[in-house]
Amino acid sequence: MTLPDYVLIIAGMFIVTFGVRFVLFARADKVVMPAFVEKALKFVPVAVLTAIITPMVLMPNKHLDISLDNPWLLGAIAAFTVGVWRQHQLLTIVVGVLVFFVAKYW
Amino acid sequence: MSTFKEMRRGFVASIPMIVGGIPFGLLFGSLASSHGLSPWFAIAMSAIVFAGSAQFVALGLIALHAPIWVIVSTTFIVNLRHLLYAADMVKFVRHLPLPIRFIMGFGLIDETYAAVRPMYSVGAVNEATGYKVYLGSFLSFYVMWNLTTLLGILTGELIPGMSDWGLEFAMVATFIGIITPYLKHKSFWLCLVCAGGSSILLSGLPNNLGLLVSALIGVLMGVVADVMVKPASQNDKGVQEVKS
Repeated sequence: MTLPDYVLIIAGMFIVTFGVRFVLFARADKVVMPAFVEKALKFVPVAVLTAIITPMVLMPNKHLDISLDNPWLLGAIAAFTVGVWRQHQLLTIVVGVLVFFVAKYW
Repeated sequence: MSTFKEMRRGFVASIPMIVGGIPFGLLFGSLASSHGLSPWFAIAMSAIVFAGSAQFVALGLIALHAPIWVIVSTTFIVNLRHLLYAADMVKFVRHLPLPIRFIMGFGLIDETYAAVRPMYSVGAVNEATGYKVYLGSFLSFYVMWNLTTLLGILTGELIPGMSDWGLEFAMVATFIGIITPYLKHKSFWLCLVCAGGSSILLSGLPNNLGLLVSALIGVLMGVVADVMVKPASQNDKGVQEVKS
């Protein structure tokens, strides 16, 4: 890639990122959200974040690895269990990361 | 209370997530330099785009030599969740002048929304103080993100093997920490299982398109589950009303 490509990437990413965040705030005094849109959008965080991390966890070396030798899977199971149980974000992160690094370097 | 004290409240409420975010900023800077990208590109992306997960996805796509339109449209999809936050926050920013809404829009990230939004519900902030607390949270994340990006670039160059340490797992754990509070209803479980399953089945698609499609499948299945679960929950409510 060339310099103009990199400028285009940052400009494009800025426009769509800021656009998504600001479009409703820009007209905050006039906006009324349709109910069906909100019903669908509430699933976006879970759907997108899950779609990002599932391949990282189950396919850390680009092929499916569901075994106790996969520290990504062990760490994710630990974080997920703590997250569902306690719903405390920092605790979820700390336990997940600890289990991951113990499994990876033990 | 002074503006400074309100902003400090926003910072204090954000501290756990700032600590959780530090490895990501370091990782972003070091991954960018280990991919052979210019330090200025990474610095500009953190300063101008300011979108943690989308920046990582963009790095991955650049490494795959994805076309620019795929990088930008994937960024759009990855950040589409912020539209939900914006829709939820609209009622709290209606009265604010446009320049303040402009800055709040720029800083509408998962962490600031998560730190500040519950304060409105419990009455810890109001129309006069909420945006100051919000701006305090945003500014502290902005400073952390740009400083750690810079540090990651510098240490990434000093320690070449850093990208093999598995620091990315901190991102996985943080995302799990964001996802799990949603899992109070069956529809979100179905959304999670379908998005996750699809992302594995579609992982062979080029340019991370599997991520786009899997996310859409997850959203669709969540909506479908909502529609199917609703009559049952209404029945439950009816039964409870009869009992009482």
